[in-house]
Amino acid sequence: MIKARVTVTLKNGVLDPQGKAIEHALSGLGFGGVGQVRQGKVFDVELAETDKAKAEADLKAMCDKLLANTVIENYSVAIT
Amino acid sequence: MKSAVVLLPGLNRDRDMIAALTKISGKAPATVWQTDTEIPDVDLIAIPGGFSFGDYLRCGAIAARMPVMRAVAEKAAKGVMVIGVCNGFQILVEAGMLPGALMRNSSLKFVCREVKLQIANANTMFTRRYQPGQIIRSPVAHHDGNYFADAETLARLEGEGQVVFRYAEGTNPNGSINDIAGIINSQGNVLGLMPHPENLIEAAHGGNDGRALFEGALGIAA
Repeated sequence: MIKARVTVTLKNGVLDPQGKAIEHALSGLGFGGVGQVRQGKVFDVELAETDKAKAEADLKAMCDKLLANTVIENYSVAIT
Repeated sequence: MKSAVVLLPGLNRDRDMIAALTKISGKAPATVWQTDTEIPDVDLIAIPGGFSFGDYLRCGAIAARMPVMRAVAEKAAKGVMVIGVCNGFQILVEAGMLPGALMRNSSLKFVCREVKLQIANANTMFTRRYQPGQIIRSPVAHHDGNYFADAETLARLEGEGQVVFRYAEGTNPNGSINDIAGIINSQGNVLGLMPHPENLIEAAHGGNDGRALFEGALGIAA
């Protein structure tokens, strides 16, 4: 079995109101020097596949088809 | 003219849409379930609002991958009119049937109120009963209506008259780019909008500004 972590983040230039709110909240908690905060998503996926290259290709297809909205989001895949 | 309404778990404006189509067309719409792979022979398919699949992952993301949406896309490719309201708009965007994306409202708050809409293009099947530039009232109720498209897509939408509804008079409730409230595809038969015209079709609703949209689409005399 292969375990993988998929990280989905907003593309540069896409406004992230949630990240902005978190940024302000961190400042409000007294954390000085916090720059821009961008919120994303993490998916931990287990695959029955044993071939790492095949697993990576499958995970990328999953991102393109469902896990990420490539209009606004980038993704990265890491086999753990 | 016949219509059909797409049903998905988590939608909650389906009854409103069915009531509006029934009252305006005089015929109850057919209903199709998420797993249906065939849609009856109709002129208009409506995807109502709500929270399909609990808004999990992204609003409309799971619904857009259900079998019924493949059937909707096939009908649309044949020229059948499709309207997606609110979550229905999010589903059409996630399905790739309309460009862009609908993001969290810039206020981060769910908005449930009335807005003013400008008819930005009155030359569509859906808006032909309105005057160009006409301002109408419409309810909105959503958390993720902040329309976004990249600069190139946006220029194309604006240039081709694909922006059909715009929030007017400072009533943009979600921070959408260029005050966009609704867009149409380049073929002119697939419309998505965040506001709820089906909730303003008769006196009991406090007005009927949304009625002309369905009358236009269904070819019914006002």
